[in-house]
Parts: sequence; structure tokens; C-alpha cells
Amino acid sequence: MKDLTDDQKERSANLKGMGCSRKRVEDARFTQGKGNYVDDIKLPGMLHGDFVRSPYAHARIKSIDVSKAMALDGVVAVLTAADLAPLSLHWMPTLAGDKQMVLADGKVLFQGQEVAFVVAKNRFIAADAVELVEVDYEELPVIVDPFEALQSDVVLREDIADKKEGAHGPRKHHNHIFTWEVGQEAETNDVISNADVVATETVYYHRTHPCPLETCGSVASMDKVNGKLTVWGTFQAPHVVRTVASLLSGIEEHNIRVISPDIGGGFGNKVGVYPGYVCSIVASIVTGVPVKWIEDRMENLMSTSFARDYWMTGKIAATKEGKITGLHCHVTADHGAFDACADPTKFPAGFMNICTGSYDIPTAYLAVDGVYTNKAPGGVAYRCSFRVTEAVYFIERMIEVLAIELNMDAAELRRINFIKKEQFPYQSALGWEYDSGDYHTAWDKALKAVDYEGLRKEQADRIEAFKRGETRSLMGIGLSFFTEIVGAGPVKNCDILGMGMFDSCEIRIHPTGSAIARLGTISQGQGHATTFAQILASEIGLPADSITIEEGDTDTAPYGLGTYGSRSTPVAGAATAMAGRKIRAKAQMIAAYLLEVHDNDVEWDIDRFVVKGAPERFKTMKEIAYAAYNQAIPGVEPGLEAVSYYDPPNMTYPFGAYVCVMDIDVDTGVQTIRKFYALDDCGTRINPMIIEGQVHGGLTEALAVALGQEIAYDKMGNVKTGTFMDFFLPTAWEVPNYITDHTVTPSPHHPIGAKGVGESPHVGGVPCFSNAVNDAFRAFGLRHTHMPHDHWRIWQTANKLGLHG
Amino acid sequence: MIPAPFDYHRPSDLKGVLALLQEHGDEARVIAGGHSLIPMMKLRMAEVPHLIDLQSIDSLKGISIAGTKVTIGALVTQHDIIDHPELGRVAPILKETSLQIADPQVRYMGTVGGNVANGDPGNDMPGLMQCLDATIHLIGPNGTREVAARDYYEAAYMTARDDGEVLTAISFDAPAGGYAYEKQKRKIGDYATAAAAVTIQKAGGKVASASIAMTNLSDTPVWSEAAGAALEGTTCDAAAIKAAVAAMLDDIDPTEDNRGPVAFKRHVAGIILTRAITRAWDRA
Ligand SMILES: Cc1cc2nc3c(=O)[nH]c(=O)nc-3n(C[C@H](O)[C@H](O)[C@H](O)COP(=O)(O)OP(=O)(O)OC[C@H]3O[C@@H](n4cnc5c(N)ncnc54)[C@H](O)[C@@H]3O)c2cc1C
Repeated sequence: MKDLTDDQKERSANLKGMGCSRKRVEDARFTQGKGNYVDDIKLPGMLHGDFVRSPYAHARIKSIDVSKAMALDGVVAVLTAADLAPLSLHWMPTLAGDKQMVLADGKVLFQGQEVAFVVAKNRFIAADAVELVEVDYEELPVIVDPFEALQSDVVLREDIADKKEGAHGPRKHHNHIFTWEVGQEAETNDVISNADVVATETVYYHRTHPCPLETCGSVASMDKVNGKLTVWGTFQAPHVVRTVASLLSGIEEHNIRVISPDIGGGFGNKVGVYPGYVCSIVASIVTGVPVKWIEDRMENLMSTSFARDYWMTGKIAATKEGKITGLHCHVTADHGAFDACADPTKFPAGFMNICTGSYDIPTAYLAVDGVYTNKAPGGVAYRCSFRVTEAVYFIERMIEVLAIELNMDAAELRRINFIKKEQFPYQSALGWEYDSGDYHTAWDKALKAVDYEGLRKEQADRIEAFKRGETRSLMGIGLSFFTEIVGAGPVKNCDILGMGMFDSCEIRIHPTGSAIARLGTISQGQGHATTFAQILASEIGLPADSITIEEGDTDTAPYGLGTYGSRSTPVAGAATAMAGRKIRAKAQMIAAYLLEVHDNDVEWDIDRFVVKGAPERFKTMKEIAYAAYNQAIPGVEPGLEAVSYYDPPNMTYPFGAYVCVMDIDVDTGVQTIRKFYALDDCGTRINPMIIEGQVHGGLTEALAVALGQEIAYDKMGNVKTGTFMDFFLPTAWEVPNYITDHTVTPSPHHPIGAKGVGESPHVGGVPCFSNAVNDAFRAFGLRHTHMPHDHWRIWQTANKLGLHG
Repeated sequence: MIPAPFDYHRPSDLKGVLALLQEHGDEARVIAGGHSLIPMMKLRMAEVPHLIDLQSIDSLKGISIAGTKVTIGALVTQHDIIDHPELGRVAPILKETSLQIADPQVRYMGTVGGNVANGDPGNDMPGLMQCLDATIHLIGPNGTREVAARDYYEAAYMTARDDGEVLTAISFDAPAGGYAYEKQKRKIGDYATAAAAVTIQKAGGKVASASIAMTNLSDTPVWSEAAGAALEGTTCDAAAIKAAVAAMLDDIDPTEDNRGPVAFKRHVAGIILTRAITRAWDRA
């Protein structure tokens, strides 16, 4: 690339385009309490809804008596399944091809399930009326263990008890949902039986919850005069919600307007369609006035989309030298009462088949069995596209177990198995084409940065000191190397409810050289208004500060599949760049006309077109924008607008290398993170500050999950962790200083080479923290211990190893 | 997360409080900082048709110190304790304990009176007050009375206080010597997995007297007389500490919860007490 002149550098800096740590434009309103969230929506005459929820995990409903609630002053309606049945809205389809009760139809299947919807003049009356609804339950046997579910005579889903075929193929048992197989079973078994070394382990990734700061909610307003329904809600995919709402209600799609206002964190929790949304809509249609529904924290934790709950059993085969030859993985996936995942249709276990990780594993096989239990539905993974966290946790634990089996250093084992730079694009044994990577460089950089050899030496000294009785503290070195798969996805194999997973951007340049761009995605804190303007600034040469980014209103934004799975930059970001290039192509014609030269005789120069060889003759984008509206140009339509719908040719594959150094107090189980180093390669970096923020957030959520955050049930199906007293949310106090670093390996197929980063730190962070705990005890014979690694479980590990004397 | 309906009263003197308690019986409850009561009301685990706010009663505020005699008004917050240099000199264990309660926001609101009166085995002040052999001052329709902190707790949320009584103050004679409040918790803002309050007086290189109380390891705080006695007359060596721990373990009765199973809690209780004794002895 040519060196830029000082003038070019200055013009480039003025744009605040890609590569610049532009301050987040959203923060002015968020830090001043001026955000506009769903609960801030207040409409004249608005009513408030609240749910009667089941105290039982499995029970038949014998009767529901709403008379006392209806008698309470201020109560307008109490809806039950019987009221919704005539509209066929007592059940709704899930995004996973199953169906789900909107309000309990004859029985309840998990604690916290929606039984009746009270609508009242205010939130307080609604809450009082909830207490007055009398429900007569007959308790049924509860199943919270997926393995038991597959053996039990107890039928959880009576509605489909006889169905031998589900949305994803044959069902083996009345509590079985699907089996999903990928890869070569016979070959893999062959490789394993003939291998020098095989490591086998069962790795449980516990049930947890994304727990965004803002809980879920909606405000529905049916205008009976013009027949238009407007719904504000916590929707990560507003366009999909509009289509689903239209299909369910029969209201034509043009008469439905869905608006996602500011969203206070999503992490997958706000992808699904919840009974609360449906009930607020129905209630508004019934009452003719707006109806608001806002969850409280306990409802959020108990009833909206959980994450994980995967039992993963692996066999990994290798030569004596440590070259991996095969991987076998079986998953028992606890989906709860309904299959309410939100994976692309062809992927009922998401992209779990990325479980060969960053390694060149020639032969592999994966089978996933989905199972019903008496737990809340969900499974829209948490800060992770479609089960990638599970896959990466699985392979990164299996690598560690194999290293033990081989009596080998786990860093070295990774190094000799990494896919090599020259192997990209790489075809994985389980069907993916990794776009680009340079794993060895990243790994070496990471290990050098933390002085890996020095750490291992220190650890060895500590172990000796421990054995001599001089310390009660052990040291764990957690390693993780992850490959993410994001940017769903190519329409040929990715759809949700039949809708292809493209995304979109529409740009309108104003005559004075500022612009608005609208996208099919929706920010929930990721800073889209900041970064997408930067992409455009670089593409069209107008300052990012002169570009407004708007998302979330289906009446104005182009159709898109929303924001989750780190797909916004890979898909909508690509659409933005492509739309920008259309603008630039038209601008080139206008510039050439104004400069009185042929189109091919001008060239792009940061924020202008210049005449080739005569850079003093130019037209800036600002001038071009003005001309586009004010000058009659032969053969060119007035105006300067473009729209692009981008169907990505492939997924993108960000990767990274993480190292965690942890001290563990063997007597109390207390862990202290001494150091955490995170190297991320997300391809082209649009805004380094935002990337760093995403990494900090993702690592903190990884720390939470690995070290204590869980949705735990007792045998009766009661949620034991329904408040922040027991559901672990780390505070600044529990969080270490993260050291962030990067390499840059652009995606070859993405217009700007960007890969996405929102989920990477979570995906890579969880195994890193967990590996640190496991590693601390490796010298004492530990192979594997399950998360979450809270104090008592760490203590129990030490205790079982006989470390308490 | 919305409490049942209630009436709010804010009397300006204790007479008014007692009259309201009399009038509404078990339908009424006083509120101090509200950081234990309001969560219970929001969860509808407590229904309080008549909520009597104590915040306008000035006689319940303030810390007074006369020599080693310390009296703490019921409405003194945990933050007030941390922020009181003289109290920090006379009875530093109060500050050490308060700094381990919740987080700054909670400590600005949570009162000593509420913490002691509440009867939640997770609260840290009751064990501390038992360790200090504090006196709890109550006022009721029949006048005032005093109850030793060591006699105050009957079971979880059950105390020697009658429903018609208000806790006005807590007083104690600040011990000289070494002290420690040691607490293990899962995160900032959490109640104790195990906590120990220890004071030790030293004479001639030996433990002259010691007092030990444990928090959140039974349905009440546990003052372990035998644990303290096990240290007395010793040089607080490893054997003595072991004996104190063994005595303490005989007195506690933890239950399993999300913090862990009983065996874990007992083990941690021993470790925490060992650390507390060691620190207190170092300071003695
Ligand atoms: C997130 C969080 C974390 C916490 N962590 C801890 C912790 O680690 N350790 C700890 O000890 N505490 C903890 N607390 C509790 C906090 O310290 C409480 O505020 C305190 O225990 C009670 O004080 P209060 O003034 O808020 O009492 P309130 O909530 O106002 O009252 C509590 C109870 O005591 C009664 N009461 C209050 N004052 C009187 C009085 N003068 N006479 C008679 N009865 C009275 C009330 O009727 C009520 O039943 C935590 C609280 C929160 C919200």
C-alpha cells in the first residue's frame, strides 16, 4: 500500500472510519439515564399485565378460578388457555419446530410456567390480583434429569406422546425430541479402536442463564380504527417477531409494526418469542387499549431462555506422539419442557459440530439427543452463537484430558494439532469450511506474553512446596484456544422458520453530505450506531459523525434476521459495506460528470474522487451528494441512496488464545485470578475500543459461568437459584484486570475482512477459567471436574483427592 | 417483586411507635433501613399491612462512648460505624465486621438495630454482639428491659423480643486486646458461608480470656463458650487452636444450601476460625 500524504492522513482521521477507537455515540444517553427502554414506553390508557405462574414443575390443572381476581377493583381481564383456545393462541410454534404453551393447557411442565395473564389498571393491582387467582393443581411425578427422562414411563408432553416423528426426524421415546448426527460413525469408531491412545471423559456444561440487565417485556397497542398493531419489545430479531406475529394472529404483515427500542443486554435471552409478548398482544386486541408486560428478575431467571445443559461424552484418539486421529462426541441435551431453541432449521443442536475446534482432526462423529424434562424451555445459548460455547468447552476439556493421558504439556499438544496456516480454507471432518486462520502465530504470541515456561516452573515449585507442607495454595494455568463460527449465515443452509439468514442495510445520503443508514439488526449494547457509521465512513468518505444509524423499527428498517450469534458485523456489516459501495459507484459517475472526464478517469481518494494523475482536480463526497440532488445529470437518476441485502457466502471463524493464572486455596475452595491474558483475532478491527469492551464483558460472563453461575433445580423441579443472592453475577470486586491483545487475520470472503467478536471472549473464556481449576489439581491425579467451580465444589475436588489430610 | 398493599406510618417519637404496635398487633412491623424487610415484602414472604418507619426517631440515632462503654443507637447504619474514628479506636472489630457486610450501598441503609433484631442467621452483627457479650435494650408497653445478646436468639427469625417491643440500642464494654472478624462468602454482597468473631486478651504471653462466636452455621448465631475456654491459659499454639476448633464444631449445626453441603461448611468453619484466632492472637 502507498504511504499516505499528511493531507490524506488528516482527511482520513477526520472521517473516524475503520480502525479508530471512536467514542460510543450511544453512551451520552445511556450514561445520563436518557435511554429509551421498553419499560419507558408509556401510552395513554395503558393497562398492565402480570402472570400467574406455576409453583410446581409438573402438575395437572384441575381448575382455575378467576372470580376473586376479577372482583378486585382495577382488574380488567384474566386470560387463561380457555380464553386463548378459540383464537388458537393457547399454543404457539417455537423457533425450533416444536410448539409451546402460551398459557398452561391442562397441565404445567415447569416451575414458573405461565398459567394465567392478569390485566389491570396498574402494575400493583395486577400483582395483587395474581395472588387471588385460585388454581387447583394435582402434582405429577417430576423429571429433572434427562437420562431419567429417556427411561421413564412418565409422559411429559402428552400433546405429542404418539408422535414418532418430530421436527428433526424420528423420536426414540416419548420424552425424546430428536437425534442429530454429523460425520462418519463407523470410521471414527475404527480409528478409536485402533488408536495408540484414547482419552474418554464426560463433560457436563451446566444450565445457566444470560441474565441481561434489562428483563424481557413488551407493550402492545392495537389501534382498532386503522387496524394497525404496534408492538414495542425486547426483541433481538424484530422483523422475525413481526412475521411470526402476522402468521399467528392473521393480521397482515403491513399492519404490524414491531419496534425494538433501546435494549439493555440480550445475550440470546431476547431471541425467542415468549408467552408475555403474545399475551400482551392478545390483551390489547381484546381490550382495545395498549397493554404492557414487564418481567421481574425472578421471572426472567426462572422462565425465559436458559443456556446450555449439555451432557457431552467424548472419546479422543491420538498417536503416541500426540497427533489426534479421531474424535467421537455424544451429547444428551436437556431442552426442558418445550424445544424453544432458536437455531437455524437444519441445525437442531446449533453449530455443535464445530467441536473439532482449532485442530486438524481427520475423522469425527457427533450425535446429539434432545430430551424433554420438567425445566424451563430455552437453550438459546448465551453470548455464543448456537452451541459454540458447548463445543469449544468440550474440545478444550478433551484436549486437556488427552494431555494427561499422553503425559504431555497441554500447550504443546495443541501446537502439534493446530490446523496450519497454509491449510485454510480448511474443510473440517464435521462439515465446515474454516475461512482463515493463523493459529500457531497467535499461540506463540500468547505463550510468550505470559512467560508460559516461567509459569510452569513456578507451578512446579508450588506443588513441591505444597507437598512439603509449606503452602496450602495451588496454582492453575488455564489454557484455551478457540475457533468460533459466527455470521449465520448462508441462506442455502441457514434459515429460521424458513427465513434465510441474510441481513441488510439501506443508506440515504442527504443533500448536504450527511446520511442515515438503517439495518436489519438491533444493538443491545454492542455499539452498532458507532461501528456501522465507521464502516460507512471508510466506504463513502463522509465523517462517521455525520452518519446516523437506525435499527429496530420494522416500518423503516429493511428486513433482517436480527442480532445474535455475533452475526451483525459479519452479515449486516457486510451489507453496510456493499450498500456503501453502491453509493460510491453512483458517486463516481456524478464526480466524473462534474469533472468532465470519463467515469474510468477518476479514482477514489479517502473522501473524494480525483482525476487520475491530476489530484488537484477532485470532487468531495459532500459536493457529490449536493450535486446528486440539485443537478440534472444525463442518464443518472437524482438522489443518492442504496440498499443491500447480503447473503454471506460462508460463515466467519474468529479465533483466539487465552491464558488464565489462578491461585486456589485448597482448604476453603476460594479461587483468585492472578492474571488473565486474552488474544483475539476477529479479522479486520473496526473499533478497537469497542472490541476491548466486548472482550471485557464476555470474559466477565465467562468467569461467572465457570466459577458459579447456574440455574440449579432440586429433585422436585424447584429453581434453587432464582434471585441474585444465589445466582452469581460478578461485580467489579470479583473481576480481574484483563490483558487484551490481538492478531489480525482478515476473513477472505467478507467485504471488509471483519469476523465478529461479541461472543469470542465468552466462548474462549469459559474453558480457560475451567481449565485453570482443573490444571491446579492435575499433579494430584485429577482428570476432570465439572463446572461451576464455586467454593464448595473446588473444596470437594480437593477433598476427594485427599488433600485435606 | 411487588409487595402486598400496606399503610405507611412515620411517627416522630417512640410513644407513637409503641401505640401503633399496640393498635395493629401482628399486622404491624417497624422498618429501619429496610434492606432485610423490603426484599421479604417484595417476595411476599412477609406481609405487613402496617409499616412503621423508625427514621424520624432521633433518640435511636447516634453512637456514644464513655471510656470503654459503647452504646450504639438502633438506627446507626453500618456505614456510620465504618465512618466513626473514635469507635474505630475503641472497638475496631465493629468496623472490621461492617466492612464485610454487603456493599457500600447496602451499608448506607442497613442499621445495626435491624441487623441485630432481624434474627436472620446470616446477619453478621448478632454473632459479633454475642462475642462482645453485648446487651440489647428494648422498650415496650411495659417499659424498658435489657437482654444479653447471648440469650436473645431462639431460632431463625425468633428472638426474645416481643412483637410489641422496639430495640432501642446495643451496648457493650469494649474489650482490650486482639480481635478479628473473618468471613468467607461467595461474592461481594453475599452472606457468610462461615464467619467467626474472635477477641483475645493476653497476659504473660498466654491467653487470659477469649470469646468466640460463629455466624450462619446454625439457625442462630453461636457463641461457643467451650471454644473460647479451650484457648485460655494456652500460648495459642496449634494444639490450642485445634482444641478450640473442635469445641466450636461441637456447637454449630449448619445445614446444606447453595453455599455447599454440611461437611464443607464444617471444614470451612474450622479454617475460618483458625484464621480468626491467629489474627486476633497476633493483634493481642
Ligand atoms: C444485597 C444485600 C446484602 C446483604 N449482606 C449482608 C451481610 O453480608 N451481612 C449482614 O449482616 N447483613 C447483610 N445484609 C442485610 C443488611 O445489613 C440489612 O440492612 C440489615 O441486616 C437489617 O437492617 P435494616 O436496617 O435494613 O433492617 P430492616 O430491613 O428495616 O428490618 C429488618 C427486621 O428487623 C426489624 N427491626 C428493624 N429495626 C428494629 C428495631 N429497632 N426494633 C425492632 N425490630 C426492628 C424489622 O421489623 C424487620 O423485621 C444485606 C442486605 C442486602 C440487601
